[in-house]
Amino acid sequence: MWWSNLFTDMSPASFFNFSFLPKYGVFFIQGIEYTLMLAVVSVLLAVIPALMLALMRLSKNKLIHAISGAYIALFRSTPLLVQLSIIYFGLFGVINIPRYSLFGFVDISRFIPGVVALALNSSAYVAEIFRAGILAVDKGQTEASRSLGLSAWQTMRLVVLPQAIKNVLPALANEIITMVKESSICSTLGMAELMFGAKAVASSTYITLAPYTLAALIYFCINYPASKGIEAIERRMRRGDKA
Amino acid sequence: METRPDLIRVEKLTKKYNHGQVVALHENDLTVKRGEVVAIIGPSGSGKSTFLRCLNLLEKPTSGHIYFDGVDLADRSVDINLHRRKMGMVFQHFNLFPHKTVLQNITMAPVTLKLKTPAEAEAKAKQLLERIGLPDKINEYPNMLSGGQKQRIAIIRALAMEPEVMLFDEPTSALDPEMVGEVLDLMRDLAKDGMTMVVVTHEMGFAREVAERVIFMDSGSILEENTPAELFDHPQNPRTQLFLSKVL
Repeated sequence: MWWSNLFTDMSPASFFNFSFLPKYGVFFIQGIEYTLMLAVVSVLLAVIPALMLALMRLSKNKLIHAISGAYIALFRSTPLLVQLSIIYFGLFGVINIPRYSLFGFVDISRFIPGVVALALNSSAYVAEIFRAGILAVDKGQTEASRSLGLSAWQTMRLVVLPQAIKNVLPALANEIITMVKESSICSTLGMAELMFGAKAVASSTYITLAPYTLAALIYFCINYPASKGIEAIERRMRRGDKA
Repeated sequence: METRPDLIRVEKLTKKYNHGQVVALHENDLTVKRGEVVAIIGPSGSGKSTFLRCLNLLEKPTSGHIYFDGVDLADRSVDINLHRRKMGMVFQHFNLFPHKTVLQNITMAPVTLKLKTPAEAEAKAKQLLERIGLPDKINEYPNMLSGGQKQRIAIIRALAMEPEVMLFDEPTSALDPEMVGEVLDLMRDLAKDGMTMVVVTHEMGFAREVAERVIFMDSGSILEENTPAELFDHPQNPRTQLFLSKVL
């Protein structure tokens, strides 16, 4: 084919020496899939605990308030790589997950610890998103609902949360984008996501730079359009609002 | 006339903020009889809204008693949610639920609290919407409605609970002038039907025409109460005189 000799004259250190593609392209395809699974699954798993943390944070009970505050502070003030290592070697050193491959390339004995660590980390951030979303709902909404005789919990469930969740959907989508990027850290523990694929290709082909250029391009092509899309949705939502 | 039983009896109602530094209400007494329409007037910051919001405990009184149907709502062991069902409230800013249709706004509370089946609640909502001439808005969302329509729907949302008293917190203050009339008409209608009403208002014409008794409040205290004719034409307290000279 016309392109089979395209890269032969390029140096191994060239930015665009993509000569590995025909043989190793599959690493990147699987890497994208692995990365997206990590990001989406961990944020979805984070939603329920984050909601609980946010409600706890808004509770008048001092102990409940403090527990949630401590969790959020702990996960926001330590590096994700450290959290990941502690969860991987500590928690999942005790809990044994059988080696089993999903779709032929997702080894669950690594994927599950990764998802758990990302979800625990993400829930601290998403909790703050929810808390802000709940506080942003007009106080008059709560008062109207309580004045009709509904309990605090019924008011939260039927009046405040539906409005809060609608308000935070864009922020939640942004959290997925953050996770697409942050999950590259999982490569250090052998999870075969995009960054891991790039590293593997670099070390087996001695093409030192281009696999990372390609990974950067792929990350960008996922995240940039996604964030632009979220912005557009956000704008439209703001226009349709105001009761 | 005065054989009507008391529905609300307020005794020495006091509300302080900031650990007692700000006194919003100071030892106020008031009795509202069943079927009575009471208007509360006074300058802004006088505590009239706070007073009204204490009646259904949206504000927690610092001390004093609020007897509603003989039960002291200020007693912490009382389940306030049960009593709020019987006390409808209408707010200055309507506070319709923007994520729910008009029908859902009206039926949410009675259905959630299992006071009515969904079918019963819907029938009642239709009847109420018919009454205010907005049956075609039943499936609209609040942001499609005018201010006057929103406030009238907020009123029937409260009525759908079949309350024993309706509390109005400056219901026309946020409305464009041309929409004040339609809301006052509905309130006048309610009064005629014998609803017990406590109305915080700046509409002196409405207070004079519809209220049986007008309360004047200033700096956290009820300073004067009388029939509208007496209070508006022969105010006794100098502060009432000063206030009325400015607004009438």
